[in-house]
Amino acid sequence: MTDMVGGNMFEMRKEFFRDERDDNLNEVGKPTRRQDIPGHVTGRSPFFDDHLFDGLLHMRCVRSPHHHARLRRIDTAEAEKMPGVVRILQGRDVPRNLNTLLSLLDFGIDDEPLLSDTKVAYKGEPVAAVIAQTEAQARAAVQKVRVEWDPLPHVLDVEEAIKPGAPVVLDIYPNNKFVYHGKYDHQKLRFGDVEAAFRGADHIVEGRYQMSPIEQAPIETCGAIAAPEQNDRYVCYTSTQGLFFSLGTASKVLTMPSSRLHFIGGTVGGGFGGKVDSIHEPLAILGAMLTGRAVKYAWDREEEMQVGAPRGAERWYLKDGVMRDGRIVARKFTGYFDSGAYTRLSSYAIIKGVGHLPGPYTIPNVYADVYCVYTNRTPATAMRGFGITAVDFAIETHMDKVADVVGMNPIDLRILNAYRDGDMKAHRRIAKNCALIECAQVVAQKAGVTLSPALAAAASTRDGGGARAALPAFTATDEGGRVSGFKSTNYAKKGGRQPDMPGVPAYQSPRTAPPTPNPSPQGGGEPTPPPATPVRTGAMRFSSLSGFRRR
Amino acid sequence: MKTPVTLTLNGAERAAFADPGQNLLEFLRRGVGDLSPKYGCGQGTCGACTVRMNGQTVLSCLVLAEMAQGATIETAAGLATPAMHPLQTAFMDHFAAQCGYCTPGMLVSAKALLDRNATPTRDEVIEAISGNLCRCTGYEPIIAAILSVAQGRIRA
Repeated sequence: MTDMVGGNMFEMRKEFFRDERDDNLNEVGKPTRRQDIPGHVTGRSPFFDDHLFDGLLHMRCVRSPHHHARLRRIDTAEAEKMPGVVRILQGRDVPRNLNTLLSLLDFGIDDEPLLSDTKVAYKGEPVAAVIAQTEAQARAAVQKVRVEWDPLPHVLDVEEAIKPGAPVVLDIYPNNKFVYHGKYDHQKLRFGDVEAAFRGADHIVEGRYQMSPIEQAPIETCGAIAAPEQNDRYVCYTSTQGLFFSLGTASKVLTMPSSRLHFIGGTVGGGFGGKVDSIHEPLAILGAMLTGRAVKYAWDREEEMQVGAPRGAERWYLKDGVMRDGRIVARKFTGYFDSGAYTRLSSYAIIKGVGHLPGPYTIPNVYADVYCVYTNRTPATAMRGFGITAVDFAIETHMDKVADVVGMNPIDLRILNAYRDGDMKAHRRIAKNCALIECAQVVAQKAGVTLSPALAAAASTRDGGGARAALPAFTATDEGGRVSGFKSTNYAKKGGRQPDMPGVPAYQSPRTAPPTPNPSPQGGGEPTPPPATPVRTGAMRFSSLSGFRRR
Repeated sequence: MKTPVTLTLNGAERAAFADPGQNLLEFLRRGVGDLSPKYGCGQGTCGACTVRMNGQTVLSCLVLAEMAQGATIETAAGLATPAMHPLQTAFMDHFAAQCGYCTPGMLVSAKALLDRNATPTRDEVIEAISGNLCRCTGYEPIIAAILSVAQGRIRA
């Protein structure tokens, strides 16, 4: 791009981010070849399924035809006799058949079985896995597994799910809402006093916004091949997007040290977030453990679409208090994030999303209640900016609506309310390196929109801070949504641990286990005192989850 | 009962046994060992398994292995000889592959187009790859790469 706008944008980078990186760039702005592209164009890039094993076995799952049902009985007798069948796995074969993905970050309560053995909470949930010599034989045998179901009432809408008397999706969350910090059935944001500000506003603008679930739809479906390796180890070729995430999850649910698992990945046939759930690796490895042979477990396209976890649906209610001149003085959010039947990454998506509110605008009074709601839909997971994308859609659509109400150009409205360097954000951090004003000015220029002279001259580096840097004199707080009976699973504090699940030994990550005092070399001496300052553990690396990371 | 199938793959005679009902995709991948055609849907919609059979592009997931008895098959693995084919170079130069999973099928469709029409229009390129889904690139770099070969604007 050699036009003036491109030139401006480059200058803007120099002006605004000069402290962030040097200007001695060798690659940016120049075409360059991907390092892995020769493999792609010769068909030699090694995707997980591009590894041949003699006598490879194939795994296919028996899945629930119901949205919600109790499992009365699984009868595999007929299926066991089908040609080519080697083994049929059920929940009891999984060493630790309960997991939540973020438990590796010490966040959340284990809620999801690898193979359900008591109840299913979404259509397509697996209850058994058939291992056979060919895929066709595995498919035929799946048809012969007899499952007796007790269908239960189901709920597919977030707001229906939180009404009293709604079907309970997960027994550990009786109100179908994830519990944050062991305290609240939603994630709260309180900054100033929105209700007081609404009373003083010239206009109240309300809106309801919704984004549907979206399937990532990679061309390569999710899958893994596992095989016994030498020295009592298992090798696992996988399509995962998070190799160490999948390794940790497999290690946990198989109760096997990760040193016995040799994971090979990195060549992913499209992910977009949909390949982090670590479902295939443990099942394929378990198959290899129990058969002594190489086992492939991969979804076909229909499974990828039906049971592959999508971007979760979100519904947002926004209410703004706006002055006649376009200043937004209060913004209130109520959000419902559809987690589907299990938690996976949705609880985290909401923390991300609430940290993002109220969008890139300096608004002195902000309020948000955001709920992670369980429904009998396919569990949701990561996808490209999940937690942010849908609420941004809501915020920006709402901004247009506000502009319409006050009779302003929507670009003017954004510049007027945009963060400027030094402003206080609703999550109590000072804004820096802001560039929305400049971006909006470029958009106006590109779109041929004439801005008011004052806003055309505005800059992110000017007129911020000062009174705009102050915390609200008063913040209205409340105890709405208080719950009891949950121990705090504080992922921001070290040493936080999960509540014990009945009959399941608490999982202790080696990294978060309390340190053992070093015995004195002389023996009999005093144990080494604990260090005065806490040692930075691995868990701290993820503390940005809670917004506590300092830049 | 397994069936012996003999075919010519990228110029070399190959033989293997096909399982009953096995499709050409699985036969090529697991029977013969050419892993360049990919499984994406198994129902003829994504194009990742595209190969040429007797010159025609086919979706190998929809062809029974036994139907390829005696056929000439070309796949993306045969494009380099061993120097890269101009299409491969163009795909690299134009960033026409990101995850790379659709790329072998895309290249087979592109090669078939250029073999029958050395100077396709942009619309003809789009038509030729309309059966190959790509989830990463948004198609424009792929179209540009194919057109660059057609117009002889390939960089060395």
